Amino acid sequence: MSDNNKMTIIATKGTFDWAFPPFIIASTGVAMDKEVTIFFTFYGLNLLLKDTSKLRVSPIGNPSMPMKMPFGPKWLQKIDFGPKIPNILWNIPGAESLVTWLMKKTMAKHGVAKIEELRSMCQEFDVKFIACEMTVELFGYSKDDFIDGVEFAGAATYFDEAADGDHHLYM
Amino acid sequence: MADETLDASGLNCPLPILKTKKALSKMDLGKVLDVISTDAGSVKDIEAFCNQTGNKLISTTEDAGKYIFTIERA
Repeated sequence: MSDNNKMTIIATKGTFDWAFPPFIIASTGVAMDKEVTIFFTFYGLNLLLKDTSKLRVSPIGNPSMPMKMPFGPKWLQKIDFGPKIPNILWNIPGAESLVTWLMKKTMAKHGVAKIEELRSMCQEFDVKFIACEMTVELFGYSKDDFIDGVEFAGAATYFDEAADGDHHLYM
Repeated sequence: MADETLDASGLNCPLPILKTKKALSKMDLGKVLDVISTDAGSVKDIEAFCNQTGNKLISTTEDAGKYIFTIERA
């Protein structure tokens, strides 16, 4: 183990798809003997909520997302509907829920862990979760909205956490 | 012969690594763990994991889409 074994992540995205990278990298970091802190700010705060059922993946303005059916005949599963469906159709109520549901199905089929599973694995591995106090207040959250074990602090605390490390990621 | 076996079949990145880490941390030094995985990415990843953590990768074998990693806890 090197002396510089500390790692920090700044998590700023709060959509269902972007909830995965911080927890995957953080938990793997600890498995690789790193000491990891995640600083959640702005929309990243969503990843710490007790209720993650509101996390959605948006098909609007998300042209890179492949849209393939997780079930049905093989030829159907190969078709990427993403570029075929006009963006305007995604404004139909329920489109976001449908796409999120399909992504969850696809992930389950591929043996990808659930957000809650990765998050609790992080906590079990002693990943430090810091929620940005300013944005907690800004967005009108109550501290009870968040899971246990979250610290509330600001940017200066992030720098204190980052001081001894040499591995810092912005997500 | 391995002292413990971890079946991570059907699990995808990063679960095989996380479960390997957990299984190894419960074992004594020098004990041997067999990890079974169906995730092709774990071939590189288990090697990288062992490189970084100092655990010894004794062997990697593949049989019909199943990978078996034999790791000595260090």
